[in-house]
Amino acid sequence: MSAGPVAQPVRDPGLQPERTRLAWRRTTLSGTVAAVLAMRTALHGGVSVAGGIVCALCCGLWLGFLALAHRRISALTASGEPSAFAPRQATATVLVTVALAVCGVALVL
Amino acid sequence: MIEFVRNVRLWFEPQQIRQEGGTPDYRFSLANERTFLAWLRTALALIGGGFAVDQFLPDLRWGWRVGLALALLAAGALCSLRAVNHWVRCERAMRRGADLPVSRFPAVLSLVVAVVAVAMVVVVLVGWEG
Repeated sequence: MSAGPVAQPVRDPGLQPERTRLAWRRTTLSGTVAAVLAMRTALHGGVSVAGGIVCALCCGLWLGFLALAHRRISALTASGEPSAFAPRQATATVLVTVALAVCGVALVL
Repeated sequence: MIEFVRNVRLWFEPQQIRQEGGTPDYRFSLANERTFLAWLRTALALIGGGFAVDQFLPDLRWGWRVGLALALLAAGALCSLRAVNHWVRCERAMRRGADLPVSRFPAVLSLVVAVVAVAMVVVVLVGWEG
């Protein structure tokens, strides 16, 4: 039972990377719903310049969220032990969410 | 409060976390990441709820509608900020081998959601009568 120094990466029986990947997917879906509602609010009652700008901003935030999630999902699907989740990534994801809320405040008022 | 400011610095500086303690089993880190994502989904749901109140309750008085929407949006922003803060604290506790941090936030959030839900019911009933 002596394994070599470089063992073949064992498939985790708890499927932790897969579960984390699916959690990212669920989160992007929630983000999509929130972004769609934001864009609906922005374009409600006719297209205006301000509404268009906020709509484009929400669109950009959604794309940023997708890009962040995609980067993390690629890291998780890479073979072997997945790399750690960097605080900077976490902060970036949260800042996108907060920016969406700020857009919401601007739209509601 | 000072503790919070110190944590904010950690959000942006991954090297600082790496310097403390040892690397935990990656499965624990992934579980922590999933918890963070679950809180982020909660935050996104609250933000979506804020937009929904603004969009789908048009018959309400302006003050009530904007107040509810702003409360939900603020709760969402707060929840997401707290998510990253809690993630950093858990990650650091795991590296040090210390107990995981406890938090009053879940209780506070449930109370806020309950209050908003009751307010929503009252407002919708009153709004329909008026």
